[in-house]
Amino acid sequence: MKDFEPTVIAFVCNWCTYTAADLAGTSRLAYPPNVRLIRVMCTGMVDPQYVIKALLEGADGVLVSGCHPGDCHYINGNYKARRRIKLLKTILPQFGIEPERLCLTWIGASDGIHFAETMRKLVERLTVLGPGETKLKMVI
Amino acid sequence: MPHIVRLPVEHEQILATLQVFFSRILQQTQVDAMLAPVHLPMKHVVMPSLVADPGKMTGADPLSPSFPMNSAKLVSRLTRRSGRGRFAVVLRPCEIRAFVELVKLKQGRMDKVFIIGLDCLGAFSNTAYSKFAGECGRDATTRFCNHVLFGGRDALDGFDLASACRCCEHFVPHGADLHIQLYGGNVRKEILIRCESDQGSAMADALKLEEAADPQDRAMVVNDLLNVRKAARDRMYANTATVVDSIEKLTRYLADCVNCFNCRVACPVCYCRECVFMTDVFDHDPDRYLGWAERKGMVKMPTDTVFYHLTRMAHMSTACVGCGQCTNACPNDIPVVELFRLVAHRTQVAFDYPAGKDVGDRPPLAEFRESEYTEVVGL
Ligand code: SF4
Ligand code: SF4
Ligand code: FES
Repeated sequence: MKDFEPTVIAFVCNWCTYTAADLAGTSRLAYPPNVRLIRVMCTGMVDPQYVIKALLEGADGVLVSGCHPGDCHYINGNYKARRRIKLLKTILPQFGIEPERLCLTWIGASDGIHFAETMRKLVERLTVLGPGETKLKMVI
Repeated sequence: MPHIVRLPVEHEQILATLQVFFSRILQQTQVDAMLAPVHLPMKHVVMPSLVADPGKMTGADPLSPSFPMNSAKLVSRLTRRSGRGRFAVVLRPCEIRAFVELVKLKQGRMDKVFIIGLDCLGAFSNTAYSKFAGECGRDATTRFCNHVLFGGRDALDGFDLASACRCCEHFVPHGADLHIQLYGGNVRKEILIRCESDQGSAMADALKLEEAADPQDRAMVVNDLLNVRKAARDRMYANTATVVDSIEKLTRYLADCVNCFNCRVACPVCYCRECVFMTDVFDHDPDRYLGWAERKGMVKMPTDTVFYHLTRMAHMSTACVGCGQCTNACPNDIPVVELFRLVAHRTQVAFDYPAGKDVGDRPPLAEFRESEYTEVVGL
């Protein structure tokens, strides 16, 4: 597919990655517009269901991003998120959804540069991977 | 401890021996009532029933190939809230394992219940059982039992075990107080019972059961069956994996699904009182349906079929015990147990968590460690 522009749904924690995204914006750092940010209070509240829904509705990739280990404002939400991502990365590839389409990162509040760079890398990776099957095929 | 005791069997009446044994437990021990599979008086059908009157044990039938539901959910009802009763429960190995999962999820308690487990002879699907029982009448259980223990591994007159049972390697119960052994030895002459806990030994003492030794051939018989089952299981995993390895194939696998959610109702480890898929969250407005139809050209209704199944896998695959009740419950004959067991197997390997094994284990999503699974972090 020529001119394929991947769609990324990013669940970002209010306290770290969302703040980093904000900082990237106010610092006028360029990053691809393919990313739809969804602000959540903590990565620990990202139900696997949200990720599955995004992927089934045609997202080419999903990012979950929050505070570094030890920095979670709810103490351990990010550790719980990591187990859920482990679970999803075990389940989804069995149905042909490449594990690279689902990412978990820790991006601190002051790390606008890291945020912009992560978005660029992710979009680049998904562009190479091509559109997800859920975008091309009927999902019941 | 554990020690082995014996029940002498007269005139090869295996089932009658167990019925007498169960009624003695009700008469001679502290047990107030026993949950066991019992023939209902009005029809040839075996249902889990709570028996308080020892006289009613003449209908008990723990050997029949009937498996209408996973009784773990019933044991949860008997133990979750406190009451005056002390219960004994007669369970298949997969029912014990499901109950262990429910206890971890705080849906039941071990301390109020005395578990009697049996070597599992397997079961038929609900529809096959009702046909089989219709054809054989009163002899159904004896014929089945003799076939499994002394006949062969082929189907019995065209009736084969349910697909879940054919690839089940957990036919020996773990976690029972008393374990009724059926494989090995000669159950036409004596039934050996292994006491696997202190309360199991105490019960054997209270009933003045005679000490015995394990039959020499048991290990071999169990091992042979284990190998057959593991081979079948691995073939099933390999076949299932190839028929669902893309979203398109998965949707084909599930194409007959009508979102009745029977598979989750029947599932012993799907314990949520209110499944999110049955809430208002999925009671979409007409405009949403129209929006989806317009965006995608068409949308199958009811919607969210694959979404439901994938979400359920995320919820239950850590705890699935492979009992097959999901397949039993599906009105459209979708072989869901194969899919769920395969996914559950992989989840349980990923978290090094064998569901139902040890009541002291913590469910994988109920805990975490600081340094683990670092491979899933980062781009
Ligand atoms: S998913 Fe199916 S096989 Fe697994 S525990 Fe539930 S009903 Fe049993
Ligand atoms: S029981 Fe069968 S038809 Fe009903 S929701 Fe489950 S898979 Fe679908
Ligand atoms: S508050 Fe940021 S991950 Fe929990």
